[in-house]
Amino acid sequence: MKAKRLGELYISFFKIGGLTFGGGLAMLPMLQREVVKKYGWCTEEELLDIYAIGQCTPGIIAVNTATYVGYQQAGFLGSVAGTLGMVSPSLIIICLVASILQNFIHMPVVLHALAGIRIVVCALMLNTVFTMAKKGIVDKLGAAVFLIAFVLACFTPVPTALVIVLAGMTGIIAKRMERRRSA
Amino acid sequence: MIYLILAFEFFKIGLFSIGGGMATLPFLMDLTNKYDWFTVSELTNMVAISESTPGPVGINMATYAGYNAAGVPGAIVATLALTAPAWIIIILIAKFLENFSENANVKAAFYGIRPAVAALIGYAVWELLKIAIVSFVEGQMQMNLVNAAVCAGAFALLQIKKLGKLHPLVWIAAGACVGILLRM
Repeated sequence: MKAKRLGELYISFFKIGGLTFGGGLAMLPMLQREVVKKYGWCTEEELLDIYAIGQCTPGIIAVNTATYVGYQQAGFLGSVAGTLGMVSPSLIIICLVASILQNFIHMPVVLHALAGIRIVVCALMLNTVFTMAKKGIVDKLGAAVFLIAFVLACFTPVPTALVIVLAGMTGIIAKRMERRRSA
Repeated sequence: MIYLILAFEFFKIGLFSIGGGMATLPFLMDLTNKYDWFTVSELTNMVAISESTPGPVGINMATYAGYNAAGVPGAIVATLALTAPAWIIIILIAKFLENFSENANVKAAFYGIRPAVAALIGYAVWELLKIAIVSFVEGQMQMNLVNAAVCAGAFALLQIKKLGKLHPLVWIAAGACVGILLRM
């Protein structure tokens, strides 16, 4: 019985990982279909709660969701089955693409195409940064954190992880002071 | 030995990249300075391929980086190491914490972290942009005007709502066509 449930978890998350592009929110419709409608592993509200947790814990949101649902359904082994299912398609597809690309990377057409792609990727990423900044910076302190983090990353050898930790502490201290002032 | 280093580096990335797959980018950028697994220019290819293949972008990038560093075993080690911290943390949350995302301290921390993550990704994009539009010829900095114009044009087009909603795959395909046509 348990083995069957583990198999279902693996296959279900394998499908979700293999059939969605982009991860994160792009995965939500597929998750709703498989996890909520087909198997009834959780309700619509629970799924959104998991997403909220996924957004404020480290790691890839898709993996967080697979781990959480798997754990709720079949404990420790369930979380392993869900997570492995989610990452398996990426492992297979990326290794294939990477090994194929190695054989063609010296052709002029491929080099030109990759050069064009790199430019467009820069524009796409720049767009992502603007959207994230617009959503994430809600006041003056946010703007200050943004600027300081950018300067630290560009001009100092401060490790990226430390920037994240410092920013989190800044948030907690700022909210504490705010509460104390209003109290 | 390389597997141990890969596992350690990607565990660290999994632990500190908060807020989606792209948050791993500044960490991967750091890796290009520390190891010779891949170059900054290869990193841009990796982003493009990760965005145009199925699966979460963060996982795809880790798989690709691991593959470049040490082949298929490297890909497996990097991917599993990346997911390990989240896996441990989520199980702890599922077990012990209810309403974790409603916790005041968690909310306050994220109020600070969100702008910082945007800035860190901004820094990584700046590094990618530099190698895409600036080249060094005999130690002199030269700007590649065609590349700069294509980038600015694509960014301007992305601001149009309908075009901005198109799948990244469409944009990447268009970029490949432009690259071939202009012999970039």
